[in-house]
Amino acid sequence: MDRMRILITGVGGQGTLLASSLLGEAVMAEGLPVRVSEVHGMAQRGGVVESTVMIGGIESPIISNGYADILVGFEPLETLRALNRCNKGSTIITNVTPIVPFTVELGQAEYPDVGHWIGFMEEHYKKVIAYDAATAAKEAGTPKALNVVLLGTLIATGLVPVSVERMKQTIKEKVKPKFIEANLKALDIGLSQN
Amino acid sequence: MHKLLEQSPGKKLLLLGNEAIVRGALEAGASVCAAYPGTPSSEIANNLFFISQEPSPPLYFEFSTNEKVAMEVAAAASAAGLRSLTCMKHVGMNVAADVLMTLAYVGTKGGMVIVTADDPSMHSSQNEQDNRYYARFSSLPMLEPTSPQEAKEMTIVAFEISEQLELPVIVRTTTRTSHVRGPVELGELPGNVTSKGSFQKDPRRWVPVPAVARIRHKVLLEAEEKARRLAEESNYNSSVGEGSFGVLATGVGACYAADAIHELGLSGKVKFLRLGFIYPYPNKLLLEFMQGLEKILVVEELEPFHEDHLKALAYENGLSIEIMGKKSGHFSRLYEFDPGHVKEAIAKVASVDYAPPVMPDLSTIPELPMRPPSLCPGCPHRETYNGIKEALKALGQEERAIYPTDIGCYTLGLLPPIQMADYLLCMGSSVGTSAGFSVATDHKIVSFIGDSTFFHSGISPLVNAVHNEHKFCLVILDNSTTAMTGHQPNPGISLRPPGYEKPRVDIEEVVRACGVKNIVKVNPYKHKESLEAYKEVLAKDELSVIIAEAPCILYLKRVGGKR
Repeated sequence: MDRMRILITGVGGQGTLLASSLLGEAVMAEGLPVRVSEVHGMAQRGGVVESTVMIGGIESPIISNGYADILVGFEPLETLRALNRCNKGSTIITNVTPIVPFTVELGQAEYPDVGHWIGFMEEHYKKVIAYDAATAAKEAGTPKALNVVLLGTLIATGLVPVSVERMKQTIKEKVKPKFIEANLKALDIGLSQN
Repeated sequence: MHKLLEQSPGKKLLLLGNEAIVRGALEAGASVCAAYPGTPSSEIANNLFFISQEPSPPLYFEFSTNEKVAMEVAAAASAAGLRSLTCMKHVGMNVAADVLMTLAYVGTKGGMVIVTADDPSMHSSQNEQDNRYYARFSSLPMLEPTSPQEAKEMTIVAFEISEQLELPVIVRTTTRTSHVRGPVELGELPGNVTSKGSFQKDPRRWVPVPAVARIRHKVLLEAEEKARRLAEESNYNSSVGEGSFGVLATGVGACYAADAIHELGLSGKVKFLRLGFIYPYPNKLLLEFMQGLEKILVVEELEPFHEDHLKALAYENGLSIEIMGKKSGHFSRLYEFDPGHVKEAIAKVASVDYAPPVMPDLSTIPELPMRPPSLCPGCPHRETYNGIKEALKALGQEERAIYPTDIGCYTLGLLPPIQMADYLLCMGSSVGTSAGFSVATDHKIVSFIGDSTFFHSGISPLVNAVHNEHKFCLVILDNSTTAMTGHQPNPGISLRPPGYEKPRVDIEEVVRACGVKNIVKVNPYKHKESLEAYKEVLAKDELSVIIAEAPCILYLKRVGGKR
């Protein structure tokens, strides 16, 4: 079994932790060793929220610079911030819809040009899948399904040892009943983005 | 039903380290649990709380007013023969230390487990003290898990060791072991857990007046030696591999070392000792480990707890081994470890090639906008801060005001544009340090404390301020919950989790009973009214308390408890 390090990053409220735990559940259901690490507490108050999914017997809960095999960015600025965790062989999946930090709104900083930096990623990394996952989530019925849309795209790459069927089953088992339908739709939309 | 109450032995659940500890306590039949919340330990208490709210719960749980009280509740339950558990963040152990140091003398009956969750890198804390020293300080056994599965098992083992030795046993986690999810195999939940114990009076055991304490200290040191033998034989302390290079690792450091040894192709070629039963130091086992080694690298976050001991042990036994770690410069005493760095250090000492991942040049990326944590939009604390600032400005006092602050969401009042946090030490320090500033300066002292923190350790210094005639204004930011750690109830809450019927202790009545004469209660959202009230109170040069009462909007929205 190959060892694999997946980094998921985004902004508090985007559902990164649910995404990492759903993926972790699915990997466990596939019978493979997995660890998921999360950020709790003060860091969650509107800040950057990062989680990792470590597959194949890795014990370390966190990922050093350059060691992420896959980066899933829920927000383009956060994807850019996490590039130092990737190497030339990394695959990057990113939403392109910005959530502008208040430091930018206050004029203390400038939000980077998303198009330019997606181009940079495409030039320097093995594979980049960048699209408007926020609109895709709305199509699925709720903006909150952004996390499952991106999870769908991750599964579609074929890089993680989780089948589409397994992911659907995990969603049915772990998501609150009233959100299952929207999440399954979101997964399908995400799957079609590869 | 709460997910941790599922019987299904053999089934695997993906659990957080903190959840696994709770499952361990349930499987061990813990009857009485008490805690004050604090990141990274909070999920232990939260899960115990929700379990205690279930119909016919298997255990009693309370959110105590502080860690000292929580440890006392658990200690007495143990003295009455029940299994008990308390958990806290690392600095919470300082609050409970007065209990801990003497509890070690009088000992326990029913198994008692104390969980301390340390926070290397200070993700949510004011310091990164290494609580392993509390084990050495108190002579109590300590276990440290490296995975959720181990966290569950070690909690159960800790109860067993506690009963065997009649001592409380400490389980230490760090942020990374508390907040990692992993598969945990469920064991059996006991059918009937005893909810009432019986206390056997024995003053020569339980009342440590000097004559008793002198005997009990001797008993403690004897028990410590018994614990050492258990540590020497523990399954959690074992080594793999051979060679002249040894790696000794604990906690999350052991995870990093294991991955590094595997990925560097060193499996079997280095002698790798993982310690899980970390105190008392397993001397016999450590000496066996050192046999035949030329050099040892100690991989442990924070202080050189094992490194220093290993050196002392080597010296006492006339062994000449190079022992590396913090003092050799391979690792830092600062912050949590980085797995890549651990890999590099092991490669260097083992003299094998380390090829770091090849990264694109990122130097063209500009400085990126930060997302610092901030008070939520619409948070009542914002209103209070702005109102007080405006009142002080109107009184011409803003320039000379000093703002001692406290621990909670409102500490974020430190950031611009509010910038009303000047001095902070620990829970409750806003009140005690206000007393000091009022004696030592001629400044206007306006301090801030939250409702939960006030109950935790704000009352005693307020009594002190009345008696010693200190002059400052204490603003109690009463948002009716313990917001920062995830909205736990406290004695003053009017906003309640569903089904929570415990009696309320009114903050205003407490303040009045402490002897404070000048008290005003405001709704900070009523701008004009509250501004007038602030001005009136702040104009006087005497001890005063402003209670700014408005519920946490996040809690109001998310949980919608009844008022």
